[in-house]
Amino acid sequence: MYVNKLWAFFAGALMVVAVACGGQKDEAPGAPPPNAKRVDPSKAGNVTGRVTVEGAVPANPRLPIEGEPYCSQQNPNGAVAENFVADNGGLENVFVYVKDGLNGYWFDVPTESVKLDQHACRYQPHVLGVRVGQKLAISNSDDTLHNVHALAKANREWNKGQSLKNIVDEKVFTKPEVMIQFKCDVHNWMHAFVGVLDHPYFAVTRDGGKFELKDLPAGTYTVEAWHEKLGTQTQTVTLGEKDSKELTFTFKTAAASSN
Amino acid sequence: MIWLNRYAKLVAACTLLLIAAGGMVTSTGSGLSVPDWPNTYGWFMFTFPMSKWVGGIRYEHTHRLVASTVGFLTIVLAIWTWRVDPRSWVRRLGFAALGAVILQGLLGGLTVLLLLPPAVSIGHAGLAQLFFCLTITLAVVTSPAWSGARALTDPMLPRITLATTILVYCQILVGATMRHIGAGLAIPTFPLAFGHVLPPDWTTAIAVHFAHRAGALVVLAAVTLTTAHIWHWHRPQRDLIRPATLLLLFVCSQATLGALVVMSALQPIINTAHVVNGALVLATSLVLTLRVFHRTLQPVTGDVKRSRRADIPLLEKDLREVHG
Repeated sequence: MYVNKLWAFFAGALMVVAVACGGQKDEAPGAPPPNAKRVDPSKAGNVTGRVTVEGAVPANPRLPIEGEPYCSQQNPNGAVAENFVADNGGLENVFVYVKDGLNGYWFDVPTESVKLDQHACRYQPHVLGVRVGQKLAISNSDDTLHNVHALAKANREWNKGQSLKNIVDEKVFTKPEVMIQFKCDVHNWMHAFVGVLDHPYFAVTRDGGKFELKDLPAGTYTVEAWHEKLGTQTQTVTLGEKDSKELTFTFKTAAASSN
Repeated sequence: MIWLNRYAKLVAACTLLLIAAGGMVTSTGSGLSVPDWPNTYGWFMFTFPMSKWVGGIRYEHTHRLVASTVGFLTIVLAIWTWRVDPRSWVRRLGFAALGAVILQGLLGGLTVLLLLPPAVSIGHAGLAQLFFCLTITLAVVTSPAWSGARALTDPMLPRITLATTILVYCQILVGATMRHIGAGLAIPTFPLAFGHVLPPDWTTAIAVHFAHRAGALVVLAAVTLTTAHIWHWHRPQRDLIRPATLLLLFVCSQATLGALVVMSALQPIINTAHVVNGALVLATSLVLTLRVFHRTLQPVTGDVKRSRRADIPLLEKDLREVHG
């Protein structure tokens, strides 16, 4: 009797594992609805801008790579986190995207994949965007093991090991989510942030905090800027046909806020 | 039987080592550094090359190997006990330990595959302590001292020691909950909570963290009471005085380590030492409880040398009943 109950429990536990690991199939969005609007490129406009930072930019902490021979070898001068990348007052690695205002539009999913690489024990790039249904190709350029752990909330959380150099895994997210944190539990300093959207109007600030959202149809939009340490800011912008607007987001650091 | 007892002690010691290895996994945040189970990055667990033990994998894979070793040791313990020990309840206890370690392994695998859901991880931590208690119990009941135990007449003591052991286990469960919901620094200051005796704001994390601190005071009081009782009434009983004194020492160390965990902002080694020392508090309290219960259940005979003071309350009670 006791043995039977024990086996029943193990069988139950295995079923739970099977259900948990069976996996939810990652499916691309289906066909567009019949009344879906399409963007006319000849009438579209652009939103450009810059994200700036006010106040003393905190120093990025040193990464604890010393205990890892391969990672130390790849970073002979040590390495620091990428929490704050500022250039000439501009803030980089900020994810800027249209948060609201595109209801009713349909956008085809790009066939090319977005790349996320693990190189020298870091994620490259650190912040990126991908479309719902678009393939995210995650590669390991390192001659060491990494695991890629996507701490998704709206999408399914997953954790994938990459034990071989040059291995590539393709993943697809099925729902919009800003942002999904990626981490490596093997090397706990490795983090990346992925914004998943069902439209193409997003950018990551580069070159002194600049960004550009191209080919936006006329309309009123809420644009949000997201930074991993400084949070989010939103602005509303109204765009006419073939219009161009410029936005500036200014994040204040703790030093600026305390003044 | 003496070799069985030595072996049971070895299994208990290895289980403590396993708890330490598991503590390091959680303390270093390495629980998901090996995403698959029971394999390790596709390798059969025992053939995973040492050259690939990097970063968090060191902690997680070591934990799995120690767990497998303890599992194997427990199989031998269960079979050995079954063959050697004449007491049916001890033989069943051996197989209960085996069932517990198998279930523990499944929970460990489940928590990895399900990406560390707190309920499963807390269950894994709680069952680890119960399994440790089973190995400790086997080590105690197979010892030569167990069969030669003398009777003890103190009706209060079994209740006190049992209550203390249950309190310690509950406190460990609250601690495990705190660790696995990431509330270890929900109150980042010590001894006050954000400068107050009671936290000014309450969230689930703060409540669990505060419950663990409050629980520490309750456990400290219970252990002090138990130890004081034994010192006062059973001072000649070395088999009780020793674990009682050790229990007080462990619980004081535990409170100190708990404070250091917060002040060091969850430094992994201090954090793990807190987990291991917590297991030692539970084990010591359990040893004391087992000995007290066993001795209390022994028939009192005329040639039994009684404790110097243990009978005084009973005698007073008897006199009161006789004289009204």
